[in-house]
This record gives sequence, C-alpha cells and structure tokens, in this order.
Amino acid sequence: MSPLTGQVINLFASVLLLIAFAMLAQRRIVTLINLFAIQGLALVGSTLTVAWATGQHHLYWSAGITFVLKVVALPLILHRLIRRLNVKWDIETLINIPTMMLVGIVLVVFAFNLALPISQFSQSIARATLGIALACVLMSFLMMITRSKAVPQVIGFLAMENGLFFAATSATYGMPMVVELGIALDVLVGMVILGVFMFQIREQFDSLDIHHLEQLKED
Amino acid sequence: MNLEGLVAQLLAMAVALVGAPLLAGWVNMCRAWLQNRRAPPLTMPFRTLHKLFWKESVVARDASPIFRVAPYIVFGCMLLASLIIPTLSTNLPMATAADAIALVGLFGLARLFISLAAMDIGTSFGTLGARREMLVGFLAEPAFLMVVFTASLISSSTSLATTVSTLAHREFAILPSLAFAGLAFTMVSLAENARVPVDNPATHLELTMIHEALILEYSGRHLALIEWASSLKLFAYSCAGLAIFFPWGIAEANDHVALLWALPALAAKLAIGGFALAAIETTLAKMRIFRVPEFLATAFLLGVLALLVHLLLGA
Amino acid sequence: MVPLPELLAIDGAMVVVVAWLAIGLAGVAALHNLALVARVLFPLSAALSLAMAGVALLAIPGTPQTAILPIGLPDLPFHLRLDALSAFFLALLGLASAGISVFAGGYFRQGEGTPPGLLCLHYHLFLAGMATVLMADDAYAFMVTWEMMALSSFFLVTTNHRIPEIRRAGFLYLLVAHIGAIAILLCFGVLQANTGDYTFGNMRAQSLSPFWASCAFLLALFGFGAKAGILPLHVWLPEAHPAAPSPVSALMSGVMLKTAIYGMVRVSFDLLGSPIWWWGVVALVAGLATALFGVVFAAAQVDMKRLLAYSSIENVGLIVVGLGLAIIFAAYRMESLAALALVAMLYHCLNHALFKSLLFLGTGSVLHATQERNLGKLGGLMRFMPWVAWTTLAGVIASAGLPPSNGFVSEWLLLQGFLFTTELPNPYLAMLVPVFAAGVVLVAALAGYVMVKFFGVIFLGRPREEKLSQAHDAGLLERLGLLWLTAGCVLLGLFPAAVIEAIDPVTSSLVGRGLAQSGRAGDWLLLAPISAERASYSPILFLLVTAAIVALAFVLVRRVYHGRVRRAAPWDCGFPMQTARMQDTAEGFGQPIRQIFEPFYLMKRELPTPFDAAPRYRVTVEDPMWGWVYVRIAAATEAVSRWVGMLQRGRISIYLLYSFLTLVTLLLLTQA
Repeated sequence: MSPLTGQVINLFASVLLLIAFAMLAQRRIVTLINLFAIQGLALVGSTLTVAWATGQHHLYWSAGITFVLKVVALPLILHRLIRRLNVKWDIETLINIPTMMLVGIVLVVFAFNLALPISQFSQSIARATLGIALACVLMSFLMMITRSKAVPQVIGFLAMENGLFFAATSATYGMPMVVELGIALDVLVGMVILGVFMFQIREQFDSLDIHHLEQLKED
Repeated sequence: MNLEGLVAQLLAMAVALVGAPLLAGWVNMCRAWLQNRRAPPLTMPFRTLHKLFWKESVVARDASPIFRVAPYIVFGCMLLASLIIPTLSTNLPMATAADAIALVGLFGLARLFISLAAMDIGTSFGTLGARREMLVGFLAEPAFLMVVFTASLISSSTSLATTVSTLAHREFAILPSLAFAGLAFTMVSLAENARVPVDNPATHLELTMIHEALILEYSGRHLALIEWASSLKLFAYSCAGLAIFFPWGIAEANDHVALLWALPALAAKLAIGGFALAAIETTLAKMRIFRVPEFLATAFLLGVLALLVHLLLGA
Repeated sequence: MVPLPELLAIDGAMVVVVAWLAIGLAGVAALHNLALVARVLFPLSAALSLAMAGVALLAIPGTPQTAILPIGLPDLPFHLRLDALSAFFLALLGLASAGISVFAGGYFRQGEGTPPGLLCLHYHLFLAGMATVLMADDAYAFMVTWEMMALSSFFLVTTNHRIPEIRRAGFLYLLVAHIGAIAILLCFGVLQANTGDYTFGNMRAQSLSPFWASCAFLLALFGFGAKAGILPLHVWLPEAHPAAPSPVSALMSGVMLKTAIYGMVRVSFDLLGSPIWWWGVVALVAGLATALFGVVFAAAQVDMKRLLAYSSIENVGLIVVGLGLAIIFAAYRMESLAALALVAMLYHCLNHALFKSLLFLGTGSVLHATQERNLGKLGGLMRFMPWVAWTTLAGVIASAGLPPSNGFVSEWLLLQGFLFTTELPNPYLAMLVPVFAAGVVLVAALAGYVMVKFFGVIFLGRPREEKLSQAHDAGLLERLGLLWLTAGCVLLGLFPAAVIEAIDPVTSSLVGRGLAQSGRAGDWLLLAPISAERASYSPILFLLVTAAIVALAFVLVRRVYHGRVRRAAPWDCGFPMQTARMQDTAEGFGQPIRQIFEPFYLMKRELPTPFDAAPRYRVTVEDPMWGWVYVRIAAATEAVSRWVGMLQRGRISIYLLYSFLTLVTLLLLTQA
C-alpha cells in the first residue's frame, strides 16, 4: 500500500467534501444534477483506486455499477424529469446560504470527531476519510431540510446514499455484493416512485414548492 | 545579513523591476494570440512607462498632498512586497522584516492609499472606484489570509522563506488542502489584480471599472508609477503563488549553483503562468459587480475548506 | 528597570488621584472662569496624567504594593493594591488621558449647558474614579469607585443637557451601567464564597467549585460586558458616545471601556485561579459576534461619532476574542501560548486607547470647526484643517490595522496566537477555533473599509456644503493633544519589542510566563515572539525600506526625467458639470456592505415611485437588538408589573386584609 494510494483517496475525499459544500450553496438545479454526476465520478475513482490497491475484484464491479447508475443513468433521468416538470431554479432556501455554510463547517468538524474512535479500529488505508463520508451524509441531509422545492430534496437523498457508499468503500473495502445490488436497486426504484410523486404534486398544486404540501393537513 | 543575502536581495529587486513589465507584456501578447490579433512587442510596457514619465503630470486644482504622494507610496509598497517574496532565493534579509501576514497588510496599505487618493479629487468616478476597490479588497484579504494560514499550518511558519524551504523539501505528495488553497489563491489573484472575470484591465467604460476608475485622474509620472506598481503587484502575486505552490527551483542559502538556475526557472514558471492567465481572461466573461462578492466569498470558503481539509486529513 | 523603594509607586499613584480631585474642586471654585479652567487646570491635569503614566510604568515590573485607606465605613476601609496588571492599565490611563486633557483644554467653549468649572469637576472625578477602580483591592472599594465612575461620566455625557436626545442617551447609559453593576456585585458575592471577607486577597485564596466559578465568570462577563459594550449590551454606546463632548467620548471609549476589560481579566485570571476551557469559548464567540456586528454597523453609519462608537464596539469584540483565546490556552496549561494571546489582547487595549482617542479628538475639532456631525455635509476639510487631517490619518491607518502602525502589531500577534490553536488537545476546539480566525480576519478587513469611508468622506474630496470653507484648523492645545496621541501610535507601532518587554511582567503574574525573547542583539528591531523562522515582523525595517524606496523613486524620476506639474480642473472623463454633490455620500459608500450583510440590519426603506412629483428616497438603518432583546424585555417587565399591580386595589380594607393575612401566616409558621 504505497502512500500515493492513500493520498489519491484523500484527494477524492476532499473533492467529495468540496462537492457537498458546493451543493449546499447551489441554487441552479441543472448545476446540482451535474455536481451529483461529478460526485459519482469521484466515487468511481476512489473505488477503482481502492480496488487496484487491495486487489479486491468485486470492487471493480462495484465501480462499474456506480458509474452506470450514478454518472450516466440517474443524471439522465433527472435531467429529463426537470425538463418535463419545467423547474430550473430554486429561488429561496429556508435559511440563507452563508448560515448554511457555517452550519456545514460545524457539521464537518462534528462528524469527523465522531468518527475518530471508529476509524481507529479500521484496517483500511483510508481511515481518515470515514469522517468526511459521514460529514457528506450529514450535509446532504441538511440540504434536504433547507430546500423548498422537491427536486433538490431528491438529489440530497441521492447524495446521502453516495456518502454512505464512500464510507463503505473507504472503511471496509466495500459491502458484500448482495447488499450493494440491493441498495442500487432500491435507489433506482426510489427514483421512479419519487418521479411519480413529483408529477402528482405538480398536478395537485401546480407547483413543486413543498410549502404547498402543508395544505394537506386536518383542519 | 551576509554578502550573499545582500546580493540575492538586490538581484531580486532588479528582477522584479524589470520582470514585472515584461510579465505584463507577455500576458498581453498571449491574450492577443488567443484572440487572433497581432501582438504588441514584449517591451511595449517599457515604452509606455518611458512615454508616461516624459509627459507632464496634470493634477486637479483641489488635490491634496495625498493625491501626489500616493503613487510613490503604492510603488514603494509593491516593490517591498517583491523584496519579501522569495523569487530567486530564500536567503533574503528582508524576509525577516515581514512575514506572510505582514505581506497581506502591505497590500492593504497600498489599497488604502490608492483609495484615499481616488476619493481625493471629489469626482463621482473616483469615489465609485474607491468604494469598489475597498469592496473587492475587504473580501479578497480574508481569502488570501486563509490561504496563508493553510500554507503556514503545513509548514509551521508564517515566514515565506521558511514556507518555501519546507514545501520544496517535502517529497512529492498530493496535498488536497494545497490544491484547494491554490484554487482560492488563483481566484483572489484575479480579483486583486483587476483581471477578468472581476475587472477588465482594458475597459473604457467607466461604469464597469474598478481599478481603472481609481487612477482616472492620474497622468504623467504619477500614472507611470502606478502602472509599474500594478505590474509589480501582479508579479508579486504570481511569485507568491509560485513560492507556495510550486517552490521547486528557488535557491536555498549558500547554494550558488542553484541561484544560477533560479532565474531561468522563474522565467519559465512565469511564462506558463502568464499564458494560463491570458487563457483564463479570454475564456471567461466579466462578472457584474455584485457577483464579485459571491465570487470572492467562494474563494474565502475554499480557503476555509482548505484549512479544514488540512486539519482533518493532515494533508 | 530598577524598581523604586517599596513605598513609592502606590503612594505616587494616590498623590496623583488626590491632585486630580483637588483640580476638580478648584474648578468648582472658579465655576464660570473658562480661561482658568481651560488654559491652566486641564493642562495641569495632563501633566499629572504623565506623572501617573510614569509611576505606573515603573511599577509594572515591581512587586505588588498594597495600601489601606481609612476612607469608607468603620471596619470596612478601602484596600488598594498596585500590581503589574493594575499598573499596566494605569499607564494606559495616564498616556491616553494626557493627550485628551491637553486637547480638552483647547476644546471646551463657553455656553455648552454645563458651566466649565462643573465640567472640570466631573472630568476629574471621572479620572480619579477610573484610577482608583484600577487599584481597588476589595469589592467595596471597587463598587464605590465604579459607581463614582459611572455617575461622573453620566454627568459628562449630559453636558449639553438642554437637548432631549442627549438626556435620553444619558439615561440609557446610566441604566445599562447599573444593570452591569448589579451583575458585578453578584459576581463578587459569589467569589467571596460565604466567608464574609470581601477583599480580593481573600477571594484569591478561595477555591470555588466549577459550578460557582462558572457562575462568577458568567456574571463577570455580563456585568463587565455591559460596561465594555459586548453584544447585546452595547446599545448605550452608539447613543452615549455621540452625545458626549468629544474629549469625553475619547476618554470613555479609550479608557473607560478598558477598565471593564481590566475587570474581566482580573476576575477570570486572578481571582478565579484556574480557568475552565468553555469560558474561553463563550468569550470567543461573544467577542467575535460583537466585533462582526460592530464593524458591519459602522459601515452603515452617517454620523461620524456613531461610526466611531460602533468601531469601538468592534475593537472591544476583538479584545474579548483575545481574552477568550488566552483563557482556552490557560485552561489547557499551554502557558506560553496563553501569554501570547494575553499580550495580543493587552497590546490591543493600549493601541485602541490611543488611536480611538485620536480619532474622537479629530472629530471634535471637525465638529467645532463645522458644527456638523453628519458625514453627508462634510468633505474636503484637508485643505482647511491640515493638522487635524494628518493626525487623523495616522489614527485611521492604526485603526485599519495596517503596517507599520500599532494596530497591525496587535492584530498580527492575535493571528499568530490563532495559528497555534491547532495544537489544542481537545479535537473539537483544535478544528473549530482556527475557523474563528477567518472571522477575525474578515472583521479586520471590514475595519479598513470603514476607515477609508470615515477619512475619505470627511477630509478628502470636495466640500459638500458652502460653509465648510470657513472651517479653521485646531488651536495650539488641541494640536498638542493630537500630536501626543499620534506620537504614541507611531512609537507603539515601531518598537513593539520594547512594549512587549514592558507587558511581560503582567502576563508573568497572570499565567506564569512572559513572551520569551532571547537576548539577541538587534532585538529592538525585530518582533519574533516564538522564533525568527516561525514568524517575524520588523516595523522599523519596513518603514525605512518603504521610505527609502519612495525617496529614491522621487529623486530618480526627477533626475532622469522631470518634475513638472500642471494644475487644471479634474478630468472626470470630460464631464463638465461636476458638482460637489456628485461625490459619494456616506450612505453610498456603505451601500455595498449594507447589501451584502443585509440580514444583520433592520432597514426601513422609503422608495419613490416613478409617478412622484417630488421623489424622496430614504433609508434608515436600525439596530435589530432593540426589537429582539430590549423591547421584549421591556414588554415582559411591563406585563409582570401590571400583574403585580393587581395587588393595588385602592381600598383600605384590602390593605388591612393583607396585613392580617401576613400576621396569621407568620403565627402559623412560628407554631410549626
């Protein structure tokens, strides 16, 4: 395990962190989808590096599935979805962007320190990246909370899954193939269902603003 | 301070004074090539300076002494900056006079004086330029300091000479924190040196000017000094970037052979950097003035992120 | 420095205090005699300030000296103690007030509400009160002199008491001061830990449980913070400083705020023994929030003294940030780093005292010359008031924290301290605190913006009003005061190593370590608190090289080319009808900051429509703390009072019923 491998994985981890912050600050939905695709690419890259360094062949398959699913298929679906739903911008967020950045920074520190004792047990070469993966998950969650349109929330959900995947590959050399296929299928099916939901919401309220969902309460 | 240090310092000063207009000329040439125009000769900035020095200086009647003294002070600050930054060698006696934080303060001092000089005449364009310059400055300075922080955490020192020595001697490693810091630094340099996408140095439309609006009233030798100081600022920023991010080729103390190689190394690095700058200027469009704070805030956040990544990953 | 024989320093300080009181009384004797008060008494007081500064500087490296004054109640005399910390702040008081008193001698005019003799009395009571607060060694003396300080400054603030806004400002000031005083009293109550002995010596000897120690610290932070101007207790500062006459604003901003800081340092480091780390975090967060708030609001002000008041809030925030950092380091037993943070903080106190006083005094001269406080009616005064302008420029450079001024040195030291926070043992702190450095840097950069606005709009450009051409420059005494403070700023900036050597005994007494400067030759030239390879800064070299380059460029250009200058109308892109009104106003200069930091402000806008015959544009920027904090507290208080007021029925039978019920209840209780 040359130190170069560790550095490359660190590089990918940093790129992931950067994309997580960038997604927090982005308001254009098209750019969000592209960022998600780049996040998928970084994930593929890091998985390939770990696969090459440790010689675990199932990780190559894993990387392949990730590429097909997250870099090609999902972004295509999402692009078509937003074209048909005709959403381009997410004008307001619930909290303004600088505050979200600050909260993001606090979350990163928190997640890293949380993961510190766990990562010390791991044998893999990229222990420090566990904290970053956890931070990505938390930040995507934050993104889901603070957006007021449905599509960025969906992307936040997908980004969360990306973070989990990264945590798995970096700390434990990937999950068993079965689990992974299951999760991938879950995500795909989830996308389809969410797509259907979004059409329904749009039909009901004529807009994808989630504030309208508040009308659906007992009064 | 020994003789070698003194020689290195004087050599650095000479290289800065001559190299800065050359760098500006090179960037103009590259830009012209990329835009499919015929390029002005490389020595064009020298000719411009000579022409300006010969001309008479026209000063407004209401101008106070600050207006006349500011070009000299700005020139002095920029030359001092290029004396502090290790361009050819790390054995600089002036390096103990100011570290990286003082360097940022030095740029701030120059910015203060030029803004005050712009406000001095009392025209609307002068105050417009002063306001915009301070706006760009107040956001660029924290971003620059964050880059400096990251570099000083990696090298355990804020002295630029020590930073260069430490970073040049590390075995080659991909440091993501330095990568982010480098990106932030590039953005800050573009803003501070009044380049596209923050400000167009060749614009003639007053309402789009930042840097040009500050120097609208200057002419003759004052304008020559300010132009020289601007090219010195670009030179200083480029050399600071090279010193932190690409320190190979800078001579250490008592390394005379390396000193001979340092000059061609610097020239090569600056040539590549100048071409990259021209490419950036040609491909990007100038931003609206109120997008500039967002641009600089992104640079600031990248700097903070670089700091954070360094603390998290130790890289 | 050889310490003088034991009995001299504290006695010297007491003599100066008594002399100040005597001058105050002499002022009362000559109630309306402006010439005597201004030309004789105030300069005399300035000389006494210098004496105080000298005595204090000699006392800093010496051993602590105590004295007991027979004033006060029987069995409860005043205890006084002059140790390194008190001596440092006394020196600060002396140095700053020397310049201010000389300026005040030339400043006060007849007919400003209060007769000059009375003003003299209040002023010297204020000075004496502050000096004794710094030397007080028991809670009783401290509170009495604290109150004396508050009351005398109240009268000083309301000098022009005929104007209702000034009366209001004074009332608000007194209110917040007393809220703070209650908190300080409670803090002392906690500190004496039920022993009944209120001397500081006893409090030092007590070791409180962490709970009570934290209570004491938070009470001290609240109470002293009310006087220093920490968020959200800062609301009195922007009202009181503009209302007071300029020398008083200078004294309040420069020295009085520092007595509050002294109180905080005294409680957290001296009386409480070993600090706990999260106190430092609280102080750090409070300080940074205050600093950011202060500077963002300063950028939006149009009254020059309010701008300086908010700038004071910002600097107090930075000082508290330094204090927080020092507490964190001290809690983790990193003494040399705690010393670094403490030195940065104390240096900044000294710097702020000098440059803020200088700036306030400059505005005083401008106010006298033009009768205008509004930035929108000033401009171009550099031509008419060169002395004031150039000295204010020195203050502006110092306030913006630019090299080679003194403001830069304390900022540099603070940032160096932040760079070491990555070595903290607590992983959360080690990662979050460096990010706070980003906030400090942002504040420093914004301070530069504010100062360019301040200086540029007042002194540069063209006069925005016709009458400004009648502005006259400052008189002799005023010039002396301004020059003294400028010289202080310049010297503090050029010889930081000497100043740090003077501050070292203070940090040694507080955290056990000074900033070790190895005894190398050329030390006076260089500031390298840790090592020269780690970080170094030499302001003298900086200044000399820049000056040399400037001089060389000047000479060479003239030798090789020529030095001809032609005066003409400004170019202005060929626009022929430029008037002075087309320059930036103060609102215009602050507009980008208002736009970027919009969530901070409470802005009310009146925008004209395209159909208005006489269009009006109006923006008012208000402090949101009023609405969030104070109005709510006031409403709650009124609600509670109304509820309690239900007890008041007006009928005698009801009141007799109350007495009857109380009697019955007491009898029942005694029976049980």
